[in-house]
Amino acid sequence: MPHDHSDHDHPHSLLPPDPALRVKALETILTQKGLVDAAALDEIIDTYENRIGPRNGAQVVARAWADPEFKAALLADADPVLAELGFYGRQGEHMVVVENTDAVHNMVVCTLCSCYPWPLLGIPPGWYKSDAYRARAVREPRKVLADFGVTLPADCAVRVWDSTAEVRYLVLPQRPVGTEGLDEAALMDLVSRDSMIGCGLAGPQ
Amino acid sequence: MRPEPAFEAPWHAQLFALTVHLNETGVFAWPDWATRFGATLKRRGLEKDLNGGDDYFEAWLETLEALLTETGATEAAALAEMRAAWKAAYLRTPHGQPVTIKA
Repeated sequence: MPHDHSDHDHPHSLLPPDPALRVKALETILTQKGLVDAAALDEIIDTYENRIGPRNGAQVVARAWADPEFKAALLADADPVLAELGFYGRQGEHMVVVENTDAVHNMVVCTLCSCYPWPLLGIPPGWYKSDAYRARAVREPRKVLADFGVTLPADCAVRVWDSTAEVRYLVLPQRPVGTEGLDEAALMDLVSRDSMIGCGLAGPQ
Repeated sequence: MRPEPAFEAPWHAQLFALTVHLNETGVFAWPDWATRFGATLKRRGLEKDLNGGDDYFEAWLETLEALLTETGATEAAALAEMRAAWKAAYLRTPHGQPVTIKA
């Protein structure tokens, strides 16, 4: 019975790429030294692959749309509000939420590396980490927005926030018109990851 | 709507977890990490535009190796030796069997 290998049988295990071998080497050495606990690594991976993602951020946005008091508190000082929802910790230590309005559209970048609010959005997408985005978001944000299919009115200012290891930002997108009466779950479905980075608008996904 | 996978390759995830874990156990502080990582990205980005995928995590790996070597948590020679041990293990382990460096 022929099997799936297209070219030839592998007599030995498929050799991982060089960086993967180097990561294994690091992990083995540090484990032997007692600096690393394999179970803790698995737990971290599981968390970001399966449990933490942009739905957390979407919940915050949906609640802010529906509850003016919550929104006011969130914009004034996000940390205690997010802590209460359980969205804190790793890379979310100091969060600032910036609100999009008719007059200003906010966008988030990290020009240094790729600082990103993990507790609210999970792991950043590849494009957020690319040189192209990191350089162009500051230099020509409107063109970047156009690449994402977002065209803003000429009188709407664009403000770009540069994340750091100490401060991370979440964009509160504008609530789409005609969504009065939707419950929180339905509102959440309108909130894309990109809209919370400021590279998209909220709306039907 | 199915979300994109958080990590494009298993080793990206392993490397990420390793770094987060070492930070949380106090081996290094995150701002220090971000500064070093930013410097690696900047240097590598001078040669070519990084696409945010493999090249991003290669820069990450280089930064972590350098940091851990500098702080004495490991040594370059030990890393090279262990990398070779893993390579040899993959090459001698029959396909489909678990790969282990304990022969």
